[in-house]
Amino acid sequence: MEFVINTISLGSLYALLALGLVFVYGILKLVNFAYGEYVMVGGYALFVMGSMQGVPWWVTALIAVAMAALVSYLTELTAFRPVRTKSVSALFVTSFAVSMLLQNLALILVSPRAKAVQFPPLFNRTVSLMGAVTPMRNLLIIGTAAVLLTGLSLLMKYSVIGIAMRAAAEKFTTTRLMGVPANLMISIAFIISGFLAGVVAVFWVSRSASVDPLTGAAPLLVAFIATVVGGMFSLVGAVAGGFIYGLLFNLLSVFLPASLINYRDAFMFVIVILFLLFKPEGLIRGNYTEERVG
Amino acid sequence: MLTVTDLHASYGAITALRGISLDVKEGELIALLGANGAGKSTTLKSITGVHRQVKGAIALSGESIANKTPEAIVKKGISLVPEGRDIFGGLTVEENLRLGAYTCYDRTKYRKDLQDMFELFPILEERRRQAGGLLSGGEQQQLAIARALMSHPKLLLLDEPSLGLSPTMVDQIFVLIKSLHERGTTILLVEQNAERALEIVDRAYLLTNGSITFAGTPESLRSQVDIVDAYFGGDDGSKSEVVL
Repeated sequence: MEFVINTISLGSLYALLALGLVFVYGILKLVNFAYGEYVMVGGYALFVMGSMQGVPWWVTALIAVAMAALVSYLTELTAFRPVRTKSVSALFVTSFAVSMLLQNLALILVSPRAKAVQFPPLFNRTVSLMGAVTPMRNLLIIGTAAVLLTGLSLLMKYSVIGIAMRAAAEKFTTTRLMGVPANLMISIAFIISGFLAGVVAVFWVSRSASVDPLTGAAPLLVAFIATVVGGMFSLVGAVAGGFIYGLLFNLLSVFLPASLINYRDAFMFVIVILFLLFKPEGLIRGNYTEERVG
Repeated sequence: MLTVTDLHASYGAITALRGISLDVKEGELIALLGANGAGKSTTLKSITGVHRQVKGAIALSGESIANKTPEAIVKKGISLVPEGRDIFGGLTVEENLRLGAYTCYDRTKYRKDLQDMFELFPILEERRRQAGGLLSGGEQQQLAIARALMSHPKLLLLDEPSLGLSPTMVDQIFVLIKSLHERGTTILLVEQNAERALEIVDRAYLLTNGSITFAGTPESLRSQVDIVDAYFGGDDGSKSEVVL
C-alpha cells in the first residue's frame, strides 16, 4: 500500500512536470530547456517568502506559483518572442541561454550555496491510510494533481481558448486564420507551463527543503524523459509518461539490489534510449504535427 | 471590395508574384486560374497575411491590410478555405465550427449560425461530435467551407476546393459555390479545374508565372482560342482534367 501511494504521488508530480513541458512544445515545437529554471524560481520564491515573518504558508505557496508563471511569461515575452519567426535552432539555443541566465541570476542575487526553505510541519507529518504510513506531503501532491489535471482537462475540452490551444498544437497557421492571435496562444502556453512548474516547485523543494541554482536540472530531466516515454505530441501522453516514469522509478527502487540503487537514473536512461530507438513517438501519438510557427 | 495593386511576393530568392493587380467587387464571384506554381496560392497567402514577404498594396473596402497578421485580417472580414481543407483533425466537427466563429462569438448568434450551417450541410449535423479527421474528403471540404462562413466574411477565399474530391463531390462543391454566390457572398475562387470554374464565375484572372496574363469574362477568356488551347486543352475527354 505504501508502494501504491508513493507511486501515485511521484507519478502525479512527474505528470504535472511533463505536462508543463508539453504545453509549450505543443504550440511552439520548442523543447524549452529553461523549463527547469521555472521550478527553481518557484523554489527561490518559497525561500524568500518563507524567510519573512508572519506570512501565512498558503500565501507563500501561491506567490511561488505565481512567480514561476510570471517568469515563464516574461521569458516568452523578452527572449522567445523576438526569435519566434527565425529557425527552430534559434529558439532552442535561446532556451539554453535563458536557462543559464536564470541560473546565474540566482547564483549572483542569492548565493551559489543551497538555501534552506521553511515548510510547515504539516508537510512531513505522517499519516496512516489503509495500513500504510506516508508523509502528508504525498497525499497533498495527489490531491493537488487530481484537482489540476481535472481543471486543465475541462479547460482544454470546453473553453474556447482550450479548443484553440488544441487546434494550434495541430495546425498553428490555420488556427491564426480562424482569428486566434498567435501571441495570445503562445503566452497562454508559457503561463500554464510556468504555473505547473511553480506547483511542482512547492512539492519538489519540500522533499529536500532546500533550493540552489541548479535545482532546475533534475525536474527538467524528469519532464523530458516522461514526455519521451509518454509522447511529445499529446497532453494525455505527457500525463501518462509522468505516471509511468513514477512507476518505473519506484519499481527500480524496490527491485534493484542495494548496491545498484544509486544507478537508478542510469537505468531510466536505458529505458529512454530504448523508447527513442523503438517507439520514438512515445506511447500516445496525438494529433500534433511538426509545423513550424512563423 | 478587395483591391490588390502591383503585388510582388517572394520566397527568399525565388520570386512568386511579379506585380499582379486584381479586384473583386461586392457580390462578385471571381476565379483566379493558372498552372501549378503560377502563384495562385501565394496570392491567397499574401492576401490573408500568411505569406509576409510581399510588396504592393492590398486593400479591403479601401482599408489597407498589407502586412497585417492573419488574425487581424480575418477580423477585417476575409476568410480562407485553405488548400487541402486543413480542418482540425483532432477536434470535433462542432469544435472546428466554434473556432470558425472565434472573431465574432456571441452565444445566441452562434447557436443560430450553427443551425444555419447544419441546414446547409446536413452531414455536419450528423457528424457534429465526431473528430474532423474521421470525415471523408468531401465532408471535410464542407466543414472547411462552413468553418470559414461562421465568421460572416465579407470576402470568402476558396483555395482549390475541388482538389482530390470524387467527381460527384466536385459537382456538389461547384453547386454549393454557385448557391453561396447567389446568396450574395463575395468569393475569390482559386481553381485548377478551369472549365468548371468558368461555368459559374462572373470574371476570371489568368495567372502565368507570377503575372496576370488575362482578365475578363469567361466568354472572352474562352474566345481567345490560343489561350484556351495552351492552358486548358481541347474538348476531347482525354484532356478534360488538364493540369494547367
